[in-house]
Amino acid sequence: MSDVLTVTWKEVKELLAMGGNLKGGRVGIVIMVAVFGVFLPLQTGREWVTSPLTIAYWAWVPLMLVTGVIADSFAGERERHTLETLLASRLPDRAILFGKVAAAIAYGWGFMVLMFIVGLVTVNLAHGHGQLLLYSWSFTLGAFLCGLLTSGLAASAGVLISLRAATVRQAAQSLSIGIMLCIFVPAFGIPALPKSWKASLMQAAMALSVAQWIAVVGITLAAIDAALLLAAMARFKRARLILD
Amino acid sequence: MTTTPTNGMAIRTEALTRDFTRVRAVDALTLEVPAGIVFGFLGPNGSGKTTTIRLLLGLLEPTAGRAEVLGFDVGTRAGSVRERVGALLEHTGLYERLSAIDNLEYYGRIARMSAADRTARIQELLTHFGLWERRTETVGSWSRGMKQKLAVARALLHRPSLLFLDEPTASLDPVASAALRDDLARLVAREGITVFLTTHNLAEAERLCTEVAVIRQGRLLAVGRPDELSARKGTRVEVRGRGLTEQLATLVGGRPEVSTAAMNDGRLIVELRDGAEMAPLVSLLVGAGASVEEVRKEQASLEEVFLTLMEEER
Repeated sequence: MSDVLTVTWKEVKELLAMGGNLKGGRVGIVIMVAVFGVFLPLQTGREWVTSPLTIAYWAWVPLMLVTGVIADSFAGERERHTLETLLASRLPDRAILFGKVAAAIAYGWGFMVLMFIVGLVTVNLAHGHGQLLLYSWSFTLGAFLCGLLTSGLAASAGVLISLRAATVRQAAQSLSIGIMLCIFVPAFGIPALPKSWKASLMQAAMALSVAQWIAVVGITLAAIDAALLLAAMARFKRARLILD
Repeated sequence: MTTTPTNGMAIRTEALTRDFTRVRAVDALTLEVPAGIVFGFLGPNGSGKTTTIRLLLGLLEPTAGRAEVLGFDVGTRAGSVRERVGALLEHTGLYERLSAIDNLEYYGRIARMSAADRTARIQELLTHFGLWERRTETVGSWSRGMKQKLAVARALLHRPSLLFLDEPTASLDPVASAALRDDLARLVAREGITVFLTTHNLAEAERLCTEVAVIRQGRLLAVGRPDELSARKGTRVEVRGRGLTEQLATLVGGRPEVSTAAMNDGRLIVELRDGAEMAPLVSLLVGAGASVEEVRKEQASLEEVFLTLMEEER
């Protein structure tokens, strides 16, 4: 565990040193905080702390944040010639892998929590009217869990891609294509289904409560996260990384 | 972290072989590196030096043969090996967005050094290499020589028993390279560790190394102390005086202990075989009527030995 924390410590230091985003920076983070912590809460009003639909934001924000940095995890070390020295150290394979995944999750989820809190302050200042508005426990738990799982999804998929990629650019491109497929396949695929299938799907969807929906999505994401992490563990071979 | 290797050998390899798709990078390498010395591993580009280091660190698996480092079988105990060695590989491996102190801090944590020990050791090494004043600067802004010194400091941080240095001065200018060499020599002598050094710089190897091995196309061509290898090539003797003629050169060249003898610009140049004495030849020359004024013996340099070995293998 201490080895994982050591790798995470260095990764977070580097992420913060490079401004948190491969394309340069702190500006991207500031814009995201402004949008999700100020603009959208102002627009949405009191529903910001109650509407289950806003949980979708808290799933999406860390996904985007982690996607912006995770391509660098192994491909960046390879590109900057630091990987071989790291592999020549006493660190076990899993500590290197989990340390990088943990750092990316901490980064994406950490900023999500920051935006979550800034959003609460904004709503209270603009729409509180002397009353303290708070997220409910179930809302908070749902948002944090979804954020954690989507961070995990982007981190484990990104690490797997980054392990294989020759350059950061290649890894970032592959990851972007993967995310676009995740969005566009359902977006175009579901309307293309036969009418009877769509009706059955709709019926099933309507039958679930919001909490059940979150549970289904959560379990599915957790299963995908675990599968991707296992694939990354299988892929992590020192000799293969050196020869790549 | 200091470990006493078994049989006094820091490294032993037995018929260590590594094939890539079309190339045999290391070919049945059998080698013993005694503990506590600076061992030079010399060879031209692509001769298998870096692959050998990767095999010894357990970063690559051998196609055949085995290696033992600090008494641990690399095939089964690579983790134990990596725990006890330091390595400066082909590239410095420094995180250029981080400061010097963070780079060392990271590897100190990896080595599980205590916070107090890390702090003291980092200060000691950065001071030794003249980098302490710039410890908080990001490494990316540094010169190549400073980065290389920091990388050596990182490799030595956890007081390894064995240090792998893969061409540490290759990308440096002569001044930076001499400075690093001197720092390194002092530090290695002080800490009493074994160094496995690959280099192209044969003068550097001659100056630093107690023993050297020469490889080409993955095969070991020679191993021994630099002076032993030089002696193997024979000794060159220059004789100055009066009455030295081509006939006398032919006479001397006919002796069994002489490999060649020839006149050059009025001087007789004699190449002696390994272990041969010059005194009987001087007597022979004087007896034949020559007046010998000066006899100068020169041992072949490591560079000459190296070039001869490369020629022989061609």
